[in-house]
Amino acid sequence: MFNLAHIRGGIHPAAHKDRSAALGIAAQPLPPRLYLPLRQHAGAEALPLVREGARVLKGQLLAGSPTELSAPIHAPSSGRIIAIGPIEAPHPSGLQANGMVLECDGEDRWVDLDVPADPFAEDPLRLANRVAEAGVVGLGGAIFPAAVKLRQGAKHEIKTVLVNGSECEPYLSCDDRLMRERAEAVVDGARLIQHILRAYSIVIAIEDNKPAALAAMRAASEPYGAIEVVAVPALYPMGSAKQLICQVTGREVPAGGRSTDVGVLVHNAGTVYAIQQALRHGRPLISRVVTVAGGCVGNPRNVETLIGTPVQALFDSCGGLLREPRQLLLGGPMMGVVLPSTRVPVIKGATGLLALDRHEVPQRESAPCIRCSRCVDACPMGLAPLEMAARTRVDDLDGASEYGLRDCILCGCCSYVCPSHIPLVQYFQYAVGQQDERRSAARKNDYIKRLSEARAARLAEEEAARAAAKAAKKRKATAPAGEVSP
Amino acid sequence: MLGAILVLALMGLLLGGGLGLAARYLAVSEENPLIKEIEALMPGSQCGQCGYPGCSAAASALVEGRAAVTCCPPGGVALAERLAELLGVPLDAGAIAAPVLARIEAAECTGCMRCYRACPTDAIVGASGQIHCVLSNACTGCGKCLEACPEDCIALAPQAPTLDHWRWAKPQAA
Repeated sequence: MFNLAHIRGGIHPAAHKDRSAALGIAAQPLPPRLYLPLRQHAGAEALPLVREGARVLKGQLLAGSPTELSAPIHAPSSGRIIAIGPIEAPHPSGLQANGMVLECDGEDRWVDLDVPADPFAEDPLRLANRVAEAGVVGLGGAIFPAAVKLRQGAKHEIKTVLVNGSECEPYLSCDDRLMRERAEAVVDGARLIQHILRAYSIVIAIEDNKPAALAAMRAASEPYGAIEVVAVPALYPMGSAKQLICQVTGREVPAGGRSTDVGVLVHNAGTVYAIQQALRHGRPLISRVVTVAGGCVGNPRNVETLIGTPVQALFDSCGGLLREPRQLLLGGPMMGVVLPSTRVPVIKGATGLLALDRHEVPQRESAPCIRCSRCVDACPMGLAPLEMAARTRVDDLDGASEYGLRDCILCGCCSYVCPSHIPLVQYFQYAVGQQDERRSAARKNDYIKRLSEARAARLAEEEAARAAAKAAKKRKATAPAGEVSP
Repeated sequence: MLGAILVLALMGLLLGGGLGLAARYLAVSEENPLIKEIEALMPGSQCGQCGYPGCSAAASALVEGRAAVTCCPPGGVALAERLAELLGVPLDAGAIAAPVLARIEAAECTGCMRCYRACPTDAIVGASGQIHCVLSNACTGCGKCLEACPEDCIALAPQAPTLDHWRWAKPQAA
C-alpha cells in the first residue's frame, strides 16, 4: 500500500491500442508454406534433424538444440520439408538465415504428444527439461530460452515469480487479449513456474490501462492464495524486467546484475501461457498471438498464428494493407526492428507486426545537441544519453562505456524526447554492436594464438619423434656390425 | 700479516660474489620489455601479412615506429586499439584492412594436402584424396595456402556478411 518505489524517467507515448485490443484473438488460416528460421532464439542455431523431402507431423521435432543456450524448432503443421537452406530472415539487414521450408498438406495432423499426468507431481528439473524440449523462448521479444531461466531455481533462491503483463509498447495488445481470453491458462502457467522455481509468491503485473485484463486475471487467480495481481502505472518502459522489478518490489537490480540477484524471475505473460501449454498438454511452441496493427492495416487485431507464416498472409487476413506502408516493423514502434519485406515469416519473438503510415513515422532532420538534458530525465536507467552519444559519435567507445553504455537497455526514451531529434538510441545500438565486434575479434585472436601454439608444439614433437626414430635406426644398423666384429 | 691476507681475500671473495649475483639478478635486458608485451598480444600465427617475417619481428618494428598499429589484419580493430593504447599513437580505424578468408573451390580440389600442411593455424581440414575445407573461425587470411595450392583453387575473399557478423551502422546525423 505504501509502496513508494517508482521507476526513474520513462515516457508516455500515445498508446494506439484501442483498435486491435477491441477484437478477440482470431485464428490465422493455414498457409500453403511455412518458413522456419533455425535461429529464433538467443544462443546457438538449432541443428536440423530431418532431411529434405521428409514427411513430418504437427509438433514433430525438426531441429534440436546443440547447446544449453539454444532452443529446438518443431513443425507447426503436418506436411513435407521441401527445402533446408538459406531463407529470407525477419531482420533489418535483409540478409538470409538458415531455415527450413515446410509445405503443409492441410491435414494438420498432430504427432503423439507426451503429456505429463500431473505436472505438479513431477520433479522441477524434469519440468524445466520439458519446457526446453518444447522450444519455449521469451515471447516478449527477448527470445531468451525459457528453460534456462527456469533452471535458475536450483541455483538461486527465487522469492517472487513476476508475470510481466505490462505490455508498455504502443500498438501492441497481444498479451492484453491473451490475459483476457485465457486468464485461467496464464494463472495455471504461473503456478507451474512457481512450482518449478520453488518460489514463495506470484505477482502478476499489468499496466493500469488494461482494466479488462486486470479484472480477468484477478478473477482467475481468486481460488489460489499466493497470487497477487497488481496494477502498475502505464509508463514506457514498464515492461522492461529491471524497471518492472523496481516498481513491484522496490528493489533495484544492480548494474551488470540479473533479476535473480534480487530474488525475482520475470516471465512475459505470453511465455507463461506457452509454458502452460507445454506442461499441461505437451504442446511445443508452434504458434503465438501476434498483434497486427498500424495506420495502413485495414482491420487491426490480434491473430493466433503458426510460427513460420509469411507476414503478408497475416496482413491479408486483417483486411490487407490500405496503402504502401512507410515502415514495416516487427515488434513495437519503440524497440521493434524494420522488416525488409512482407515475405519474411513470423518468428517466436514476434509480438507485433506494424504497417505504419506516413503520419505515424515522424521523419525530422536532426540538429546539434543543445544540452537540455531531457534525455537524462527520460532515461529509465539513470544514464546520461547525451554524453554517451557525444562519445560514440567520435568512436570513443571506452568513454561511452564509462558513462554506462553497458547498462543501456536500448529502450529509445532518449530519442523519443530529444527536441533536436538526435538518433540517440541508434548511436547506442551502433556502439553496442561495435563492442560485440571487438569482443569477437579478441576471441578469434586468442583462438588463433592457441591454434598456432598448438601447431608449433605438434611440429616440434613430430620433429623430435623423427629424430628419435632416425637415431634408433642408426643404432640398429651399427649394432649388428659391432657384434660380428671380434 | 696472515690476518691481513685472510681479511683481504675474504673481502675480495664476498664483494666479487656480490657483484656476480648482482650481474645475474639485477641485469637490464638488452630487449625492450614492450616488445615482449606486444608480441604476447599478437596472434602468433607468423602469417606475415604485416610484411615482417613473423610476429616478434613485427612487434619490434611496431615499437621502433616502423610499422603502423593497423598492420595486423588478423588482429583486427581490437588489436589495433590495444596497440595504439600501449604505444600512445593515434588510431585511424579506417586504415585497417577488412579481414579476408580463404575459400577452396571444391570442384577443383584434388585433396593433395599441401594447403593443409602450409596453414599456420590448422584452419584447413581434409584428408589425402578428399576435398579440403577452410574453417572460417580459425582462418587469418594469410594466403600461405594460396602459394601452396598446385591447382590454384584457393581464393581470398572478404568475409560474406551473415546475421552473426552484421552490426548496426553508425547513424548519419548532425
